[in-house]
Amino acid sequence: MDYNQSEAKSNAKNGKKNVYAVITGIIAGIVNGLFGGGGGMIVVPMLIKLLDCPPKKAHATALLIILPLSIVSGIIYAVFGSLNLRIGTPVGIGVIAGGVLGAFLLSKLSAKWVVIIFSAVMAGAGIKMLFF
Amino acid sequence: MRFLWYTIAGFLSGILGGMGMGGGTILIPLLSIFYKTGQHTAQAINLIGFIPMSVVALIIHFKNKLVDFKHVLMIILPGVFACVLGCYIARAMSGDLLKRFFGGFLIILSVFQLVTELKNIKKQN
Repeated sequence: MDYNQSEAKSNAKNGKKNVYAVITGIIAGIVNGLFGGGGGMIVVPMLIKLLDCPPKKAHATALLIILPLSIVSGIIYAVFGSLNLRIGTPVGIGVIAGGVLGAFLLSKLSAKWVVIIFSAVMAGAGIKMLFF
Repeated sequence: MRFLWYTIAGFLSGILGGMGMGGGTILIPLLSIFYKTGQHTAQAINLIGFIPMSVVALIIHFKNKLVDFKHVLMIILPGVFACVLGCYIARAMSGDLLKRFFGGFLIILSVFQLVTELKNIKKQN
């Protein structure tokens, strides 16, 4: 009896988690396709809060989730004719070089101040794009 | 010369991306505000531009056993359908309208990120 009850409980919990997972996927997918980025910033907190993923693992796991979405969205944008390789090629080279430096800096800088400055820059850019 | 400027834009956002902080959310406004790139083009470049870096980062995370596979499939499958829908919604919008929506999205993200970080700082003190 006890065994059945705890089994039923754990099944219900798993069912709930699956629903959370599907909701996370739908929101991340719409954001990724509609805005061409930013999906990771939504998946990370959802993995932590809804699916009990530890923060460090959440960042790594979010990459695995966003990568296939970005490939699918990227192909669709390219088919729609939005991709411009004359801009995309130099940007891509820069991203790789910057990415290596960023991964190295991650262990050197205080993340606290980077996040605060980054948030302020994002808000400023958002206001400029929304209103001007 | 333009080639160099575009490389610099990629470099700056790559630094943030490498630190795991959504480099795309800075590359798109950078291209849109300072380089006058169309919103759809900026988003397409962001989607493709970060793929090589993500692959390298993922390999490192795999090796460090930091990837949690438990719910991944249940997230990716509906996510793929949703992202196709998102792409079509984006195509239906003009560049100007999409840019405004993106601006609103950035403001929401930045407030959310700031609140989360301030909570973390409070917890540590």
